[in-house]
Amino acid sequence: MKNYLNPVICDIKPSGIRRFFDIAAEMDDVISLGVGEPDFDTPWSIRETAIYTLEQGKTVYTANAGLKELRQEISKYVYRKYHLTYDPIHQILVTVGGSEAIDLALRAMIVPGDEVLIPEPSYVSYIPCVIMAGGVPVNIPLTSENSFKLMAEDIEKHITDKTKAIVFPFPNNPTGSIMTLEDLQPVAEVIRKHDLFVISDEIYAELSYGDKPHVSIASLPDMAERTLVINGFSKAFSMTGWRLGYAMGPEELVRQMIKIHQFAIMCAPTTSQYAAVEALRNCDAKVDAMRREYNRRRRYVLSRLQAMGLTCFEPEGAFYVFPSIQSLHMTSEEFCSSLLYDQKVAVVPGDAFGEHGEGFVRISYAYSMEELKTALDRIEKFVQGL
Amino acid sequence: MLREELLEILEKDSRIPVQEMAIMLGKPAADIENEMKAMEQEKVICGYHTMINWDKTNQERVTALIEVKVVPQRDEGFDKIARRIYEFEEVSSVFLMSGPFDLMVIVEGHTMKEVALFVRERLAVLENVNGTATCFVLKKYKDNGIFMESRKKDERMIVSL
Repeated sequence: MKNYLNPVICDIKPSGIRRFFDIAAEMDDVISLGVGEPDFDTPWSIRETAIYTLEQGKTVYTANAGLKELRQEISKYVYRKYHLTYDPIHQILVTVGGSEAIDLALRAMIVPGDEVLIPEPSYVSYIPCVIMAGGVPVNIPLTSENSFKLMAEDIEKHITDKTKAIVFPFPNNPTGSIMTLEDLQPVAEVIRKHDLFVISDEIYAELSYGDKPHVSIASLPDMAERTLVINGFSKAFSMTGWRLGYAMGPEELVRQMIKIHQFAIMCAPTTSQYAAVEALRNCDAKVDAMRREYNRRRRYVLSRLQAMGLTCFEPEGAFYVFPSIQSLHMTSEEFCSSLLYDQKVAVVPGDAFGEHGEGFVRISYAYSMEELKTALDRIEKFVQGL
Repeated sequence: MLREELLEILEKDSRIPVQEMAIMLGKPAADIENEMKAMEQEKVICGYHTMINWDKTNQERVTALIEVKVVPQRDEGFDKIARRIYEFEEVSSVFLMSGPFDLMVIVEGHTMKEVALFVRERLAVLENVNGTATCFVLKKYKDNGIFMESRKKDERMIVSL
């Protein structure tokens, strides 16, 4: 039989640390700080709304772009939260998680050979999605010296005449780094100057802990026309399993994305969409309470890690801290597997998020204080024993 | 804001050491201590109690919610009669209510018989008490924001990126 598989897909490496996770999953009594999703249950009013619509038999397809009611609520929500203005009919698409929106955006834009800038370390799906769309991913290293922020000059260094777009992942997974208005201004200038398009993945926008709320790069002058904003319900409303996100941007791009979505997916899950309407209308206070709780844990974890002598910049977003383990003279993966075998604590090696994550580990604080304490006690014991 | 957030923490767990709360809130420990003392003095914080699920102990415990109709008194309103009731040790809570009755009296006793005796001999016979309706608690599902049954396990995958 002929080899019928696509070599482009075959060449994409599966996550290199899969083996390590499988070992962790088989061990007893492992405390994991390795999870990238909230520990809170979805607020009950959201779940109850979903149950109610199921009882009413609201189980048919929605419009391809999503329930009109939901798109209208999204439009109001992003204006209220981030001063973003999008027409719910032509500029908003409801997707199966933020992940689908990333894929759609890249497929709608990339022609073979186009380069896409991707800051690194960052979420693992950008590079494969660029490759699957036929593009060429170009990494921009983020450094701890710059608090893992994206610097204008670093973007400029990587621009060629083939550069089409840049993925903008802030607040950042895995570093917890954010971009303030002051940080964004020079970056936006470079992007305008070189006529780049921005895919801004703002899935962690609601989990920002500074004095000021999250600023979307699309809210800067003349940026909305060259930015696709991606957000979703997973992190803010603790709704990972509902698989619901959305993309907002220029009408001509959204129209093409809807076409791919229409033929590949049809529409996002109907039950989740009804539930999301409730989330946007009535759950601000619950989101605020979760954010306060995350913030307390963030300060606690950071202080414990620093007390152990690990260098750690203060993350201001998402629910991760990203300490350096370079002083311990081991690789991220060595650190993580020794920690797993010695103390049965699972954390994620930084190089899982690209080679520039080497020397760091990602610790999630989407866990109860009790679990965090136990895990950090064990990490402390491990570090002291080295 | 410090006050509100401190209360948010303490309402769930009053045993967290001051030092730890200071870290969690990014404030000096002295500030936390002062704020707690101030709230204790102002009776914003009225106590640090323990939630006990008596059903899991060998002790018999029953709780009754008693709706009480009373005659308010000139100059004193409901306060005087409320006091006559809330001074009894058996009474754990007394609330003045809107709606078809006046006082909600919560009584804890070891047995239903004991509670019934209290209602019959102490409460119903009070001057200005017009009537009572006693409702016994059969099962507590959630009390003071706490689920009485232990919740499900963490079902998240051990690592996700």
